[in-house]
Amino acid sequence: MTIGLSQALGLVLRRELLLSLRRPDQLLQPLVFFLIVTTLFPLSLSPELSLLRDMAPGVLWVAALLAALLSLDGLFKADADDGTLEQLVLSGIPLGLIVMAKTLAHWLLSGAALVVISPLVGMALGIPVSAFGTMMLSLALGTLTLSWLGAIGAALTVGLKRGSMLLSLIVLPLAMPLLIFGASATDRAMGGESPAGALYLLGALCVLTTTLAPLAAGAALRITLE
Amino acid sequence: MWTWFYRLASPPSVYALSGRLAPWLLAAAACLIAFGLVDGLAFAPPDYQQGDAFRIVYVHAPSAWLSTFAYMLMAVAGAIALIWRIKIGHAVAAAAAPIGASFTLCTLLSGSLWGKPMWGTFWAWDPRLTSELILLFLYFGVMSLRQAFEDPARGDRAAALLAIVGVVNIPIIKFSVTWWNSLHQGATVARFGKPTMVASMLVPLLVMFAGFMLFFVGVLCVRLRAEVLNRERLATWVREAVAT
Amino acid sequence: MSVVPVPLAVDRVHVWRGDRHVLRGVGFEVAAGEALHVHGANGTGKTTLLRVVTGLMRPEQGTVSWRGTGIHKDRAAYLAAMTYASHEPALKGELTALENLRFAVGMKRRVTEAELGDALQRVGVAACADLPARVLSAGQRRRVALARVLALRAELWLLDEPFTNLDARGTQLLTELIEEHLAGGGLALIVAHQELRLAATLRRLELAA
Repeated sequence: MTIGLSQALGLVLRRELLLSLRRPDQLLQPLVFFLIVTTLFPLSLSPELSLLRDMAPGVLWVAALLAALLSLDGLFKADADDGTLEQLVLSGIPLGLIVMAKTLAHWLLSGAALVVISPLVGMALGIPVSAFGTMMLSLALGTLTLSWLGAIGAALTVGLKRGSMLLSLIVLPLAMPLLIFGASATDRAMGGESPAGALYLLGALCVLTTTLAPLAAGAALRITLE
Repeated sequence: MWTWFYRLASPPSVYALSGRLAPWLLAAAACLIAFGLVDGLAFAPPDYQQGDAFRIVYVHAPSAWLSTFAYMLMAVAGAIALIWRIKIGHAVAAAAAPIGASFTLCTLLSGSLWGKPMWGTFWAWDPRLTSELILLFLYFGVMSLRQAFEDPARGDRAAALLAIVGVVNIPIIKFSVTWWNSLHQGATVARFGKPTMVASMLVPLLVMFAGFMLFFVGVLCVRLRAEVLNRERLATWVREAVAT
Repeated sequence: MSVVPVPLAVDRVHVWRGDRHVLRGVGFEVAAGEALHVHGANGTGKTTLLRVVTGLMRPEQGTVSWRGTGIHKDRAAYLAAMTYASHEPALKGELTALENLRFAVGMKRRVTEAELGDALQRVGVAACADLPARVLSAGQRRRVALARVLALRAELWLLDEPFTNLDARGTQLLTELIEEHLAGGGLALIVAHQELRLAATLRRLELAA
């Protein structure tokens, strides 16, 4: 390959960000979904903040998980549909690197965005401000891990009819550990205890997926592109 | 040396071999399970804490073990097929998946039956049951993914990759579920009390483990024959084999 | 006598799609300055053959070699030497023609703005350079895809129905471009259901059902 690895990463990352920013309506969708799902819980349970507070970490995390998951479907789909995915694969850039760039761009615009508006949701569910730091850190790590897992799922299901349902079925069981650790971290922070244990575990998951997921997703792309 | 392996792994020889092994495996399994059940249900002493209810362990524990074993076998077979392109691996993985899923279901049902006399409910979010439930979801994912592709070869490869990813996740899932359960030691949480086993309790359990394992391999052989026949249906040896 | 390996050699390739034996022992060689026109009725495996030659698809049996080495053994060298134009023009609608070109070529090699401009000029869409690809007509998009093939400066051109959506002038332009490419020592494998008329050496391969 005649261009360097870091240049290739930068190029694909720029391409992804440029494409997403030219479709601003799609940028807002995961955020709005996050807010809508959060709203479902008080409506179906109770408007009492004291009650909601107890369930808040779980509600917040489930809503964030579903919002991030729904937008993962499009990670490779658009490129697969118009033939540009093949061109990417044939450019000589290692598949793992392509996956990394696409996933990072996706996370920056969905997962990170969720983290930014999470204080709003936290307030709506009665989470004390003192827990916001832990909440946002855990969400950042968790949504990044989910993006990596989702990349594997998206690569496996690209091109399948009704692939998005199958994507969720594949990714959600794999995402259960991060849900456990993330919600627990927020919960402990709310209770005034140290969330360190849960955060470390979440961080470990994040590092593990960051290293292994690009390889797996690259292999998956090779399989589905045949 | 590898040519011997490749010849052994060829579809016609696998078909023939599994056909010969299956009846013996299943017969041996039937004997062991019968012995284990009779010994465990009738002759082993009741547990001093749980009474006779603990006897469900003779079905529950082997099922649980085999549900994980089958998944690992599925992942390894898929990996062999992906990496070394030995197609029989895909057939083994496809044959093993539903059996493993059934064992998982069996574990959940037997666990549920155990739960009723123990805690009064048919379901509790015990770490073992919860991880088995997640394992069932993983099985479902692999089987659905394989079916979703029009081209069966791609479906096989995609399912193999997913199984490998799943196998890496299984220890993580088990750990996280145990961790989660240990955080919430409230009164509503129930645990499967592991009865301390004396020899007269242990022997039927080991017999059941062996019996279940043989049963699994026997049924795998039967399903593998059908898989091989289906996958190789255009080959001449299949026509001859079916004609006889 | 030293044996110089033929640039592109396809040897006894078999591909099955499910139960269908799509490619049955297809083999051929293409030397420098030659073009191979692959044609046949729908469903005879023309696109499949092309995808096997790109390496996107691996055949159940058979090999594809570039200069004597299997294309999967030295993938980097092969990818640098070839360019594939699929049936779709493979452009992102949100990006302008120039941006599309910049990314597509930039991923394979360093390229200057001047080179990109020249390529667009050569195919006759210089005026569309700053228009988003989704507002271009099908013919213009096809020309931008051609500009990409030109700008990549690869030795081996793998073209799948490149004449689709081109008007008479466009068809003539493409023919000229192919002839120039062959005259410069390049090779081409072209899938097209039309008649091809080239000044250079053109061999034909017909795929039957």
